[in-house]
Parts: sequence; C-alpha cells; structure tokens
Amino acid sequence: MFLNLILRGFEHFGRYILLIRRSFTGFLRFKLYWELWTYESIQIGRDSLFLVAIISLFVGAVTTVQTAYQIVSPFIPKSTIGAIVSTSAILELAPTITSLVLAGRVGSSIASQIGSMRVSEQIDALEVMGINSATYLILPRLFGALVFFPVLVIYACFIIHIGGIIAGAITGAVNPTQFAIGARSFFEDFQITFMLIKAVTFGFIISTVSAYQGYYVRGGALEVGAASTRAVVVSCLMILVSDYILAQLLL
Amino acid sequence: MSYLRIEGISKWFGNQKVLHNISFTFRPGQVNMIIGPSGCGKTVLLKCIVGLIPPEEGRVFYGEVDFLRLNAEDRRSILQNLGMLFQSSALFDSMTVEENVAFPLRVFTKQTQKEIRDRVAYCLERVGLEGTQKKYPAQLSGGMKRRVGLARAIALNPQYLFCDEPNSGLDPLTARRIDELIRELTEEFHTTTVVVTHDLKSVIDMGQRILFLYEGRAEWQGEKNEMLCNYQSLPPNLLAFLQASGLLSKSFI
Repeated sequence: MFLNLILRGFEHFGRYILLIRRSFTGFLRFKLYWELWTYESIQIGRDSLFLVAIISLFVGAVTTVQTAYQIVSPFIPKSTIGAIVSTSAILELAPTITSLVLAGRVGSSIASQIGSMRVSEQIDALEVMGINSATYLILPRLFGALVFFPVLVIYACFIIHIGGIIAGAITGAVNPTQFAIGARSFFEDFQITFMLIKAVTFGFIISTVSAYQGYYVRGGALEVGAASTRAVVVSCLMILVSDYILAQLLL
Repeated sequence: MSYLRIEGISKWFGNQKVLHNISFTFRPGQVNMIIGPSGCGKTVLLKCIVGLIPPEEGRVFYGEVDFLRLNAEDRRSILQNLGMLFQSSALFDSMTVEENVAFPLRVFTKQTQKEIRDRVAYCLERVGLEGTQKKYPAQLSGGMKRRVGLARAIALNPQYLFCDEPNSGLDPLTARRIDELIRELTEEFHTTTVVVTHDLKSVIDMGQRILFLYEGRAEWQGEKNEMLCNYQSLPPNLLAFLQASGLLSKSFI
C-alpha cells in the first residue's frame, strides 16, 4: 500500500517532468505565443490585483495588531513593531500568502481550463493540426506566472506595509513614523532578492502543477472539478515544502 | 495521389487487446467508412491513424510515407495536410467561429488578414453558415458546431479528411445535411475521407469503401454495393449489424 503510493508519486513526478520538457519543444511562430502570453498575463496579473490587495491589507493590519499585543515591555521601542511586520512581510507573508491565494485563484483556473479542453477533445484537435499542445497551452501560462508573480508579490508587500501603518495608527500601537523607522532599521537588500526568488519559484510551481493536473484529465466534468481541486491542494503543499527548502538554503 | 494505407495495426489498453492486426487501404476521392457496433474500436483505430494514440504494432502510410516512424517535425508536415472533424466538434470555446476556422490558417500560412478573412468566409459559406463569424461556439446548435468543425477541417485544403461520428446526436435532417456536405467536400477537394460511424443511413448516403470492425477485428472490407447487394456472403456479425439497422430488410431483401 505504502510502496504503491511511493511508486505512484514517482510516476506522477516523471510524467510531470516529461510534460514540462515537452512544453519547451515544437515552437511555432513567436506572434502566436506572444498573444497567448499577453492574454494569460492579464488573467494572472490584472485580474488578481483586487483580491491580493484586500488580503494583503488585512494581513498587514492583523500582523501589526498581534505584534503590538505581544510586545508589552516598555523597554522595547515601538519601532520594533514596524521592524517585525516589515521583515515578516518581505520574507514570508507577501510571497507565501500571496502564492497560496493565487494557487486557489490562478491554479484552479489553469487546471479547469486545460482539463475542459482535454475532455472536449480540443487538445486532440490541436495535436491533429500538428501543434504541440503542451507548448501551446503550458508555456504562455508558465511565462505569465514567472513574470507576474514577482510583480504581484511586490505589490502585496507594499499593501501589507500600508495595512500595518493604518492599523498601527488607528489602534495607537505604533505611529507611521515609528513604523517606518523600524522597517528601515532591519532592512537588507537580500531580503528583496529572497522574496523575488520565492515568487518566481511559487509561480513556476502553481502554473506547472496546475497545468499537469488539467492536461492529464480523463473523463468528464466531474474529473475536471477533481483535477482543479487537486491542482490547488498539490500546489499549496509544494509551495510550503519549497518555502522551507528555500529558507533553509538561502537564509 | 493521397492514398492512405494501414498495415497490421494492433493496440492494447493494459492487458486488453482492442485492435487486432488491422490492414486496409483508404482510397482518395472517396468516402471510406469504418463501421461497427459501439465499443468495437472504430474511434481508437481512427486515433491511431492520425497519431493521437500510438499503436503497439503496425504502420500507417500517408502516400509512401510511414507516418508512425516520423519525428515530430516531419509529422507536422503530414498533419497540415489533414483535417479532422471530432465527435464533440472540438471547437475552441474562447474563440469566435471566425477565429476557430482561421486558426490553422493563422498558425501555418503566411496569408494576410484579408486573405484569411476571405478564406474563412468561403469555408463557412461552403458549409452553409454565412454570417456566423462573430458567434461563439456556446451560441451554436450541435449541427452548426459540426459544420463549423468541418469548415475548420477544410480551411487548409487538406488531402485527408477524418470524421469521427459526424452525425451522432443530431436530428435526422441535420445528420443527412452533414453527410451530404462530407460527400460534396470529398468530391470537390478530392480528399481521402475516412468516416467513423455506426449509422447505416450514413453508409447508404455517402459510403463507398467499407471496413467493418467487430470486437477490434476487421471482419469485412470492400465496396458498399458489394456489401448491400451480396449480403448472403457477408459474415454473420455484419449481417446482424445491417439487419439491426432495419435498412437491409427494407431496401435490399
């Protein structure tokens, strides 16, 4: 039973790697992929802006209030709240929370779009025309994610800071000046590099894992729904595992 | 000449052998039909021929070219000479009718926008769907979707036309209209047309050369007239299949 599970895991991983490799072969004209990339980038980037803003605003506010709650000693300067919130936002909250949210929004959408194309024979139609369906369907989504995940994560990081400043000011826990002093005092350039590495890694995971789940769907609408759910679950797990590995390797 | 020949095609799904050593020559300028009861392997054979499912044994010759032995790049040049109408029409949901028909032209030709628009208009007119360019597949009926699928299949002037159950799920009038279209297009473009069906009315309407499959085996092959006129010499499974359709007893016995 356990051995079977491991073997199936290896089988999926092997098929996943082969699919990614196949999506980098058999290119047609550049203009075709450019159009698709533009469309996917809008889907991934622009359409996620509002959701990411709302979530980041509240994440920033809650983190500030809870940090203030834990710092009770009068010997600890108020600016420490800004330092903790800012460092957490850059290193963890902005890339990870944003990616988990996008795994739900973007990942499920990729899996269900490709899955629907599979069950309605649209992928077969592409193949019969001589078009490499993996390249056509996966590559634009992958590059859309690789370009726009870092943008969304930077945007989320900014909004988390705004949320923290607003919550600090409203509750009186920390004023904006103290928050900014704290945020700047512990800032290092590498934190931004680390955040962007995470964003690119998570973007890769979400787009490819979801595409894989959709691409190999067999059956009908029920299986497309199941693939979409699996895409979100597996993407979230992979994000958390790679989050730990990246922290261990790079910090 | 765009001959299509299959030799010794066998296919397994796990331990189950679904196609047993099937050989057949499809003639150009004719409607070649693969018939048989549901689940006999017709669609699997069709997908083996167009390369969607790789058979474990056998060869597929497009003209003199052994298709299954080609690399991806060479296969593409064969596939561009091939149009396929799917059972589900397989139109791209996110594209309009015009974009669907124009898709192979945009990908594989260097035609200008105007030339593509004109060609799309011609193909749509040919299938009787003028003025539907801006509609989406979701706004079309089943019969209209099939016709758009047919328009897309002929957009590149293919030498080979494949149709998988082209009239299943359609009302009798629309089904006959689709049959008529396939026959007309075959004659007009002199394509090697392969139609998979279990609808014997279609066989009567447009079939010329017939391959009868039963439980994955080629039980009979020959001309339509031979099948319908010399029915006494047919294998029992084909005879039962013809009789079950009600056509044989009415028209020919």
